[in-house]
Amino acid sequence: MKTLQEIQKIREEKKKELELRVNTKADTREKHILVCNGTGCTSSKAPKIIENFKKIVKEKNINNVRVIKTGCFGLCAKGPIVIIRPEDTFYAMVSPEDCEEIIQSHIIEGKVVERLLAKDINGSKVKSLDELSFYKKQKRIALKNCGVINPEDIDEYIAFDGYRALARVLNEMSQDEVIDIIKKSGLRGRGGAGFPTGKKWELTKQSEENQKYVVCNADEGDPGAFMDRSILEGDPHAILEAMAIAGYCIGANQGFIYVRAEYPIAVERLKIAIKQAEEYGILGDNIFGTNFSFNIQIRLGAGAFVCGEETALLESIEGKRGQPRVKPPYPAQAGLWGKPTLINNVETYANIAQIILKGADWYASIGTSNSKGTKVFALGGNVNNIGLVEVPMGTTLREIVYDIGGGIPNGREFKAAQTGGPSGGCIPREHLDTPIDYESLKAIGSMMGSGGLIVMDDTKCMVSLAKFYLEFTVSESCGKCTPCRIGTKRMLEILEKLCNGEGTELDIYKLEKLAVNIQKASICGLGQSAPNPVISTLKYFREEFRQHAIQKECKALECKAMSQIIIDEEKCKGCGLCQKHCPVGAISGEGRGKRVIDQNKCIKCGTCLTSCPFHAIGN
Amino acid sequence: MEEKCKCGNIQKDTFFEGLLNTYLPEKDNLIQMLNEIQEHYGYVPMWTQKELSNYLNVPMAEIYGVVTFYSRFSLKPKGKYNISVCLGTACFVKGSQKIMDRLQERLGIKQGETTKDGMFSIEETRCVGACGLAPVFTINGEVYGKATVQKLDQVLDELIKNKDN
Repeated sequence: MKTLQEIQKIREEKKKELELRVNTKADTREKHILVCNGTGCTSSKAPKIIENFKKIVKEKNINNVRVIKTGCFGLCAKGPIVIIRPEDTFYAMVSPEDCEEIIQSHIIEGKVVERLLAKDINGSKVKSLDELSFYKKQKRIALKNCGVINPEDIDEYIAFDGYRALARVLNEMSQDEVIDIIKKSGLRGRGGAGFPTGKKWELTKQSEENQKYVVCNADEGDPGAFMDRSILEGDPHAILEAMAIAGYCIGANQGFIYVRAEYPIAVERLKIAIKQAEEYGILGDNIFGTNFSFNIQIRLGAGAFVCGEETALLESIEGKRGQPRVKPPYPAQAGLWGKPTLINNVETYANIAQIILKGADWYASIGTSNSKGTKVFALGGNVNNIGLVEVPMGTTLREIVYDIGGGIPNGREFKAAQTGGPSGGCIPREHLDTPIDYESLKAIGSMMGSGGLIVMDDTKCMVSLAKFYLEFTVSESCGKCTPCRIGTKRMLEILEKLCNGEGTELDIYKLEKLAVNIQKASICGLGQSAPNPVISTLKYFREEFRQHAIQKECKALECKAMSQIIIDEEKCKGCGLCQKHCPVGAISGEGRGKRVIDQNKCIKCGTCLTSCPFHAIGN
Repeated sequence: MEEKCKCGNIQKDTFFEGLLNTYLPEKDNLIQMLNEIQEHYGYVPMWTQKELSNYLNVPMAEIYGVVTFYSRFSLKPKGKYNISVCLGTACFVKGSQKIMDRLQERLGIKQGETTKDGMFSIEETRCVGACGLAPVFTINGEVYGKATVQKLDQVLDELIKNKDN
């Protein structure tokens, strides 16, 4: 147990010690080697890198260096990432074998290891994080501590203003004052639908009941989205603090975090964070000597996309099949075990403490007229800088894809970007300059969604993309209501026909009709939004659907039934590279002679396409 | 593992006993307990469902309903090498379907199945979170990034060779 004064003391001491993390001019002999330990970098041996660094530092008896594991820096494409502070040197794609050289050259001799420096899109090497164009247009609020602090050390969180907002709320503010600040800030739910957060808090507070609950929705199921996971991995205490503040405001003493079991690192860090907060008395009974008590439990999800829908999530916490309830009543009136329940998404919570500390006006000054603050996107697909970006609302798609994302690799053209995952839609070239906020995305047939942003180049087939999303919805539909259970299946069958070259124009018409009916008649958000990927691709890429239906042609070569890969005899120089790379031995030819593909053996994997230096292979 | 005699009685093992001691017999613990069972045995054996039904006082049909609802729970044991191909959007856009097709072709089984010799099983997953390495597949949790059909073939050849030795 710590008193408020003791926590204040920890903050002051640690703040001095950690100044070098945020100030490149910090006056210190110390150096901190920060190694990203998010899921991406962990998958490419980051834990081994930490181990090696620690071993070498110990062997060489260096005493002014600390090796710190942090959350995600964001630029996953360049992982594993190592940053050395205070000078802020950014090393990319570090392997465990590089540790020795970094210590010897950088730390001992004071010489930067040039070959490991990150390269910017124009090919120039950058010395520090701020120089990278990837970071220039970003504004980090929800990700403020990710990549700065050690998520497994509560003292580091406290050093960077952690739990100050909670202390202020409990000691100086009434419930309504806090709710008022959240309302004025204009914060809206980051889970996708964008319901005003302050309003939600107010509604839950107004429900009269002795027992209420606070829930954190960390069931991030949108394939290709990993913002919430990165926040939990990089800054778990921020979520605990915000949940406690929410608990105070609505009058709840119990919180639940519903998190995917597929996120083992996030779960582990949350467990550590809860334990540390309990030891400090920041969670538990009579927090900071007030009469407010609050506890948090973790509940693991078991892999069901529909559980991201709030009422399905509640069913799952209660130990049942995750099938949505009919609304109303809304969770604010009758949620967990029939009690009023406040549910917010991880990223929403990640903004709360800073809004309290910096004020509603500060937050409301960022963003557009109806969408305030920032949004975190998981940028992926055919784009150079794959990773996590946080931008002010109102940033255009072009800025995200080209300025931050560094454009499309392999000299290809931008075809579309997909936001909102299986509930969202495709945004074509002509809307690249749309400022991104809740309303504008809706107006062009997509949605904000939780934050997946997948970029596609001109080699992608939009019919097959629509099919991909419908496959997802069909397998994730919970089966409760008919339009979603059967309707999406029928849509998928039509898309399969089109992709197999068996479709007709009538099918496109049927597809559209079904889509509208499913939107109108489904119970929950999953069903209501399931047709979106089809509707938006039909809207912008109708010609492609028609090519599939009438000419039986897939120009992108993705629909196998309709595509044949052939080698252009005139362009083929007989180098034999395609033959060498073909995994099934479908290509024949000898010496410098022309190569031929045996269509019966060919599995259309496309390996030869990418291996041909003369662009002689196509359809 | 459990010992099963012909009469169908089951001798609970220490893991299962421990599980019952950790969780109170309350219905909302069902999914948490199933998660641990899946983690420990690699699947959810039928006898554990019967035991849970008694312990939590929940009908067997409801437990079966929960087990089959969530994709993490499996009723059949997985192979020694459980290969999981990410079919999240970022991986899909980078060609993970081709990896999946090739894998099914090589092993002669479909996703969700296990080879007869119990060596391999295939499953699909939605986003491992290593989108920077797309397309990825994992073998028993270890991530193989920037996958190609050739890379997959190499890894499989290696595993099959080891099996024969």
